[in-house]
Amino acid sequence: MTDAAIATRPNNRSYASLTLRRFLKHRMGVLGAVVVVLLCFSALFAQFLAPHDPLLINTSQRFLPLFASWEFPLGTDDLGRDTLSRLLFGGQVSLMVGVVAMLATMVTGTLVGLAAGYYGGVVDNLLMRLVDTLLCFPQVFLLLVIAAFVPPTILSISLIIGLTSWMEVSRIVRAQVSTIKEMDYVQASRGYGASNWRIMLVELMPNILAPVLVAATLKVATAVLMETYISFLGYGVQPPMASWGNMLTNAQGYFDTVPFLAILPGILITLTVMGFNFLGDGLRDAFDARLKMDL
Amino acid sequence: MRSDLLGYVVRRILHSIPLVFGVSVIGFGIMHLAPGGPLSVYTLNGSITAADIERLRVSLGLDQPLHVQYFGWVKSMLEGSWGYTLFGGRPVLDVILERLPATILLMGTSTALAVLIGTLLGVLGAVRRYSIFDYLATTGAMLALSFPTFWFGLMAIYIFAIELRWLPSGGMYDFGEEGNVLNLLQHLILPLLVLTLVLVASWSRYARSSFLEVIQQDYVRTARSKGLSGSRVLWRHAFPNAVIPLIALLGVQLPTLFSGALVAETIFSWPGMGRLFVDALSMKEYSVLMGTVMFTALLVILGNLIADIAIALIDPRVKLS
Repeated sequence: MTDAAIATRPNNRSYASLTLRRFLKHRMGVLGAVVVVLLCFSALFAQFLAPHDPLLINTSQRFLPLFASWEFPLGTDDLGRDTLSRLLFGGQVSLMVGVVAMLATMVTGTLVGLAAGYYGGVVDNLLMRLVDTLLCFPQVFLLLVIAAFVPPTILSISLIIGLTSWMEVSRIVRAQVSTIKEMDYVQASRGYGASNWRIMLVELMPNILAPVLVAATLKVATAVLMETYISFLGYGVQPPMASWGNMLTNAQGYFDTVPFLAILPGILITLTVMGFNFLGDGLRDAFDARLKMDL
Repeated sequence: MRSDLLGYVVRRILHSIPLVFGVSVIGFGIMHLAPGGPLSVYTLNGSITAADIERLRVSLGLDQPLHVQYFGWVKSMLEGSWGYTLFGGRPVLDVILERLPATILLMGTSTALAVLIGTLLGVLGAVRRYSIFDYLATTGAMLALSFPTFWFGLMAIYIFAIELRWLPSGGMYDFGEEGNVLNLLQHLILPLLVLTLVLVASWSRYARSSFLEVIQQDYVRTARSKGLSGSRVLWRHAFPNAVIPLIALLGVQLPTLFSGALVAETIFSWPGMGRLFVDALSMKEYSVLMGTVMFTALLVILGNLIADIAIALIDPRVKLS
């Protein structure tokens, strides 16, 4: 190794590796990441992990208790369906909705925020008044009204959640963009004759990626919660397909006799939401050295 | 009182007008552009023919062009009826106002409790930063924010109503006990618990960061170095400045509060606006849905207006221009 190589070595610690080191020190963040990875794994491989068909009805084996047999480790529900398999496939639905809704949220929020922050003036004014107006509606009300009128599929539910929750993201992006766009390097790029699109996507986007990434993680958490709300109220994923929300609705009827049917999906929802929340918190602290533990 | 305050209040009210207009357009648009439309519920009913639906469409004015319908609806709102219910034909506003007291009781008490407990937790967490208490409080808040509210409600019903039989599982009064305050309080406890938990969690997080920011400022250090006691510095010097941003938060959080109340009311059959909304949803009673959505949105605008004016009154640093 030459002297020059040794001398430059400390500088090789890139922004990414510094961020990673900071993140690994954030205990709850790492815990969140582990939970998220495990959940994603179980959702991706639900087909192979599930011991039974989640829709298979077996009326001779209704309401089997927890840990009673190796065949049905988490018991069965009112139709004799295997709880473990339904939980695994329900998780697949929840995470799918969470991720697709997050993508819809982030794409809409980022585009609106970019346009408002970059163009300013009338565009900014109109878009931000639209955001103000939409934020006046309680999200659950808006969500349920639309969900009740639209035939529920996984895609439509995800899009409805996404399209009713992008407003905060657009505010975050707009705030970032309107400060960054005045910087010299952006002006220089404009001087070279770069198009508006190029400036927005190539010059501005990478610099607002950190807050967008944090928001995206937290949005998965809220989207998962929202899906369980609308499924619980009967406007989301429809039976017999399993989702954690509609499993809870179903379990409500047998609450006094077999409470675990309601406890299990609830624990998994909480775990998922918490995992993404802690991961998002950890990422925020890691990206922004100043923020540390505050909020 | 500052002389320019009145001007600020008037300007702030004028600023809300486009917001009210936007809310009405969006609310109206969502209901009418929804696939199926407001009468789709009748197509499922075998005894109603296409000709009947057509007659309904005409009698409800749904055959008119959209802008005519919109102005007709705005007119009904200004006249105070807010449209009529499809089943029973009562003015929507009457139906909503009938349910409002129950919702206000639930939201008001839980907000008051949450502000009290949350501020206390936030202050203690900020003062003893990184202590075990702080760690437990922030982690606990995160946990509470990750609970699905309705699941927490179901668990509360299971434990306190089914297993222990201490509290009723839903409703506002037992049969024949209407008006009995003690009976009302018994019914209030569980929905209150569920709604307050979520509010305390978010409130304590905001209070903590607001106090952290204030107690690190120079004037607080000055007060301490003057030899004032820790508690005096905290409550007399830091508290007023840390609380101001939290007042704005009360307004901003109003939509979340409504969403939480909707969930709590649904689980505990609490006869408030949220319950009305969910019931109207299952009947596809669009005039009630539109009315409730508009009512909550208008309350949110009003809440933010009041919060802003309150801050302008309290905080001399706010620029009124």
